[in-house]
Formats: sequence, C-alpha cells, structure tokens
Amino acid sequence: MEQILFQFFNLDIMIQAWPIMLRGFGMTLLLCIVVIPSGLLGGLVVALASTSEKRWIRWPVAVLVDIFRAIPPLALLIMISAGLPFAGIRLSPFTAVCLSFLLNNSAYYGEIYRAGIESIGTGQDEAARSTGLTGFQSMVYVILPQAVRNVLPDLVSNTIEVVKLTSLASVVAFAELLYSADMARSVTYNASPIVMAACFYLVLLWPAVRLASRLERKLST
Amino acid sequence: MSQRLPILTIDNLHLRYGDVDALRGITLEAGTGEMTFLIGPSGSGKSSLLRCCNRLETPTSGKIYVDGEDITQRYINLNRVRRGIGMVFQSFNLYPHMSAKGNVMLALRKVLGKSRAEAEAIALKQLERVGLSDRAGHYPNQLSGGQQQRVAIARSLALEPKIMLFDEPTSALDPELVGEVLKVMRQLKDDGMTMVVVSHEMRFAKAASDHVVFMAEGQIVEAGPPAQIFDEPVAERTRTFLQEAYH
Amino acid sequence: MTRFDRFIDTFFKPEVMQQYWPDIVSGLFVTCQIAILVIVSGISLGLALAILRSYGFKVINLPIVIFVDLLRALPPLVLILILYFGLPNLGINLSGFLVLWMVLTLVLAAFAEEIFWAGILSVPEGQWQAARSTGLGRFQTLIYVVIPQAVRMTVAPLTNRTIAITKNTALGMVIGVPELLNQATTAQSFAANATPLMMATIAYLILFIPVVYAGRRLEKAYAWRRH
Ligand SMILES: Nc1ncnc2c1ncn2[C@@H]1O[C@H](COP(=O)(O)OP(=O)(O)OP(=O)(O)O)[C@@H](O)[C@H]1O
Ligand SMILES: [Mg+2]
Repeated sequence: MEQILFQFFNLDIMIQAWPIMLRGFGMTLLLCIVVIPSGLLGGLVVALASTSEKRWIRWPVAVLVDIFRAIPPLALLIMISAGLPFAGIRLSPFTAVCLSFLLNNSAYYGEIYRAGIESIGTGQDEAARSTGLTGFQSMVYVILPQAVRNVLPDLVSNTIEVVKLTSLASVVAFAELLYSADMARSVTYNASPIVMAACFYLVLLWPAVRLASRLERKLST
Repeated sequence: MSQRLPILTIDNLHLRYGDVDALRGITLEAGTGEMTFLIGPSGSGKSSLLRCCNRLETPTSGKIYVDGEDITQRYINLNRVRRGIGMVFQSFNLYPHMSAKGNVMLALRKVLGKSRAEAEAIALKQLERVGLSDRAGHYPNQLSGGQQQRVAIARSLALEPKIMLFDEPTSALDPELVGEVLKVMRQLKDDGMTMVVVSHEMRFAKAASDHVVFMAEGQIVEAGPPAQIFDEPVAERTRTFLQEAYH
Repeated sequence: MTRFDRFIDTFFKPEVMQQYWPDIVSGLFVTCQIAILVIVSGISLGLALAILRSYGFKVINLPIVIFVDLLRALPPLVLILILYFGLPNLGINLSGFLVLWMVLTLVLAAFAEEIFWAGILSVPEGQWQAARSTGLGRFQTLIYVVIPQAVRMTVAPLTNRTIAITKNTALGMVIGVPELLNQATTAQSFAANATPLMMATIAYLILFIPVVYAGRRLEKAYAWRRH
C-alpha cells in the first residue's frame, strides 16, 4: 500500500512537478482552443459537401472521410511530422499536430453533422424553399440549427475525444500536459506525474462526460 | 364568367419520377381570386401538380404560366418565383426551433431583406389575420395542429403571394380542429386570394370553390363548377369516386 | 529528377519497399492480433457489465458508472504510460503488449457498456413484462428477448466506436510493441526515407477501410431505429 502511494501518489514529486505540469496544461488548453474550433468548422464544410446534390462534390469527400476515419490519428500525425520532412516540408510540432487534427477531426465532426442534417425531414427544406429562401439560406437558418440540436450529444462526446487526442502531441515532442508529465517521470523515475496528468484530464473532462451522458439520455427519451 | 383573368395557366404538363408517370398532360386555368379544388384518389398526382406549380419538382415537359410568366423556363430565379407562390403543407412543416412569429419573419428578413422591426410588424399583422396574434411568441410544440397550420398559412401570406397552394391542409388535423383552418381559407377567398386546394373536404369545396377538378392517374378526368361535378358528374370514374368519398 | 520521380523516391521507393516489407507485414500481424484480442475481450466485458447493471444493485452500479466515466475521460495513452512505467516500480513487470491489450480492453469495455446499456433501456417495458409473464427469468428475458432487440440499436455505434478504439493499437509504438506503426517508424529511421510510413498507411487503409465502410452501411440500415 505504501509502495503504491509512493510510486503513484507521491506528494513531494507532485509538488516539484507542479510548475512544469501547469505549463503543460496551458499548452494542452492552447491546443484545444485551436483544434476544436477548426475541427468543428472543417466538419461543417465536410458535411455540406457530403450532403451536396452534386455527385462530383459528394463522392471525393466521402472517400476522403473514409480514409481519415481508417488511419489511426497517431499514424497520421507521424506521417505529417516525420514523413513530410523527407519531401522537404518541415512543420513545427504545433503546426503538424494542428494539421493532422484538422484532417482527422473534420472527418469525424463531418460525419456527425451529416447524420444530423439527414435526420431533418425534407419537409423543412421544402417549406423554406417555398418561401423563396435559397438552398444555402435554408441550410443555415432552418436545417442546421435543428440538425445541431439533434446531434448535440455526439458533438459533445466527439469533442471529449478530441481533447483526449491532444495527448498524442506528446509523441512528437510538443510540450503539452502528457509530454511534461512524462518528462517529469523520466527524471524522477516515478509515475506520480503521470497520475497527476490524469487528474488534470479528469478535472477537464469529467464534467464533459457527465454532460454527454445527460444529453444522450435526454435526447433518447 | 365573361372576362376571366387567368393568373395561373398550366399547359400540357407531364412529370415522371423514374418510371412512374405522375402527371400525363394536365391543362388547367385559374382566374384571379378563384378557388380551384383538386380532388381524386390517392396517387392520382394532386400533390405532384401543386409541387410543380411551386417548382419543388421540375416538370418533364409542358408549361406553367403565373401572371403571364413561364416559370418552367430553364434559367429562372426559382427563389423569386417561389416567393410569389405560397405553399401550405399537410404536415405544416413549421420550423420547430422558431416561435410562430419567427417562422413568419424568416423569409421576410432573409428573402425580402426587411428590417427586424418591419418584419415583426408584418408577422404580427398576418398572425392576427389568421386569428393568432396572442400566440406570436409560442413555439410550434406549444400550439395545436390547427394553430400550427394557421401559422404556416400566415408564413406564406406574409410574402404577399399571387397564388396560394394548399396540399391537404386539414388531413393531419383532429376533426374538431378542421373548421378553424377552413374558416381562415374561406376568409382568404373573400379577400380575393387565388387558391389551388387539394383536399377531401367536399362540403367545403361545394360551398367555397369556383372550380372543381377531378384527377385520376395523372390526368384530368372532369372539371367544372362544383354544382356540376358534385351533382351531375359525367364520367363514371367521378361518380364512383364521389360515392366512396361521401361514404 | 522530375518532381514526380522525387515524390516516388520519397514515398514509394521500390528498394525500401523490398527491404522492409517483411517488417511491415509482421507489424500488421501484431496489430491484427491485438485488435482481435481487444475486440473480443472489450466487447464481452462491456456486455457483461451492462447485464450486471441491468440488475439494478446500487452497490454494483455506482462503481460501473465511475469506471465508465473514468475511461471515457482519460486519454488511453495516459493509462498506458501509468501502467507501463508505474507497475515495474511495484515489482510487476508487464510486457508492452499486455499493457496495450489491457488498457484498450478497458476503454472499449467502458464504451461498449454505455452503448449496450442504452440499447437495453431502449427496449420497451412491455417486452420485459410479456417475457416475465411467460415464466422466463430475469437473465433469460435479457438473453432471449431484450438483448436481441437491443442489438439492433447498438450495432452501428458499437462498430464505429470499436474502429476508433482498435486504431489505438498504434499507441503501442510508444511502449515498444512491435506493431505496424512501430515497425514503420523504425524502418523509416533506418532507411532515412518516408516509404515505410506510406506502407504502414496503406496497410491501415487495407485493414480499416472495409470496416469503416461496413460501419457506414450498418448505420444506414439501422438509422430508422434511432428516431
Ligand atoms: N418523389 C417521388 N418519387 C417517385 N414517385 C413519386 C414521388 N412522389 C410521388 N410519386 C408517385 O407519383 C404518383 C403521384 O403521386 P402524388 O403524391 O402526386 O399523388 P396524390 O394524388 O397527391 O396522392 P395522395 O392523395 O395519396 O396524396 C404516385 O404514383 C406516387 O407514387
Ligand atoms: Mg398528396
């Protein structure tokens, strides 16, 4: 028992690691601030394209979405940060993370929006068009507000996944929360900093997880 | 009926969905301020005809003129055309995320570009017209079916359309709510609105319509004033249909 | 060299392919192995937890809910690092393979439990009453009446979730599991060329595209159930 406390919940080490962890947490938040809005926006573009009436828009997007849903996010990240330099394209770790996240998250958010759009009956679009709204206006003012409400739980739980995914940035040496924790671990030979990182994630995400379950239940009944 | 001003002219209209012939040569005329009633068995193409008039469907061939303008032209601004032709749906299709007032205001603001205050004033006026001024702030799920349909009518009226199309406006309503919607339609007629109505309310057709058109299998079987169609139908099909409908 | 030649030379160099394809294949094999193990154990554990939860004992349900929440809130990589680097200090030495399998199993079990539970809840009370009135026991009702109906609702989300979690086998790279991505990055640093990474990407596509596609079909087929 004492061993467990010493190895996983070592207060001395945690206090020592606090400043670096805090900085790492800041970087994680920074990543989230960039990566979540860009994914939400990219996903919207994907959804609009994949519900388009024009086949030559719909098809290529569907293929791209499937490709990015099939490649592990870490493989994509490494491809971009370690593969592209061989082609003469050198990105900072931050840019590489943001780019790979944009590709991956747009595919996932895009699928969620698409399901939402498809859940709205055609009557809504017809009513809107019959009053002279353009297809785009009908989408923006009539379809999307309802679609987003219908898939809100999925949007929330995907956002949780996105925040968790930011931990992958540690693999390409971007100094976010988990990277900082692993640094501290390798210096102290003690797992407490990583447990501490886990606590940070919990503080950030547990409320979101609760919210997601609440929303899921509310919408299904 | 000497000088009828036709505001809607349909000329040999055809519509195919894949291998289904929904409309097979419809020719029809409606004068300003008239109410034209479309009746016929299920699948006879009544909805298809209305949807063509609002260009929710594109006819395969044939012409539709609204106030002299051919709306089946290939390069035509559909949004402008549609705003001049109101459509009321069986299932209301109110926007559930907007209040009654918001439903009416949306196209006023986004299509006609009116200011919020202006749009609101028009919305309130139109809601009053359908007897719902006290429900302006209610959301669709707080309204009865009859009230929802009246909001939908106000939503179309607000754009001051030349023609109003009704596709079974009362079919989704409980019987005791049908009357309030028909009353609004009757009042519209008295205000001089041109209307094309698909409905099974035969008694209303008899009392309020100028023209009754009986359709079957994508064609017009018989058309004429209500007294003639209901009381002395010529075609055998019309007779059997009316017998079953009254039953 | 033309642009095209340079592109081929960077991402599809034949010599590199020839030299490293056995490594990539062995990596693919390990990836499949973990994937299958995780899917079997994760889904079984998830189902077991959902069944347990349907009995409605507070003492059991609270821990299940906390377990599910924890695993939904924590990045798998954090759990992997805690177990892989923390346990040896307690004298417990687990291989990277074992740690990866355990963590992904727990994560999948948590998500699967949620999905199965939602499915069970979606079956109308009348089904329970009808089954119980014919003398079926609680467990029998679950197995023969409720779960077969619940499955319809769970197939699509479960497939999608399973794909997402199975892709996390790539995290094995961080703790030295010789799976696909690990083999590729190792080969890449030896060959000083991006071809192995491209090979791994293609291998992932071959492995997952059919499943992603199947998930899409299932989603469409069962879409009507969700509304
Ligand atoms: N979107 C569509 N695709 C294919 N066929 C269609 C479509 N809409 C209508 N049809 C077919 O066209 C024919 C006419 O349909 P329509 O809806 O116009 O009939 P209706 O007279 O309005 O019938 P109801 O009284 O049942 O509403 C029917 O055979 C119908 O099956
Ligand atoms: Mg119809």
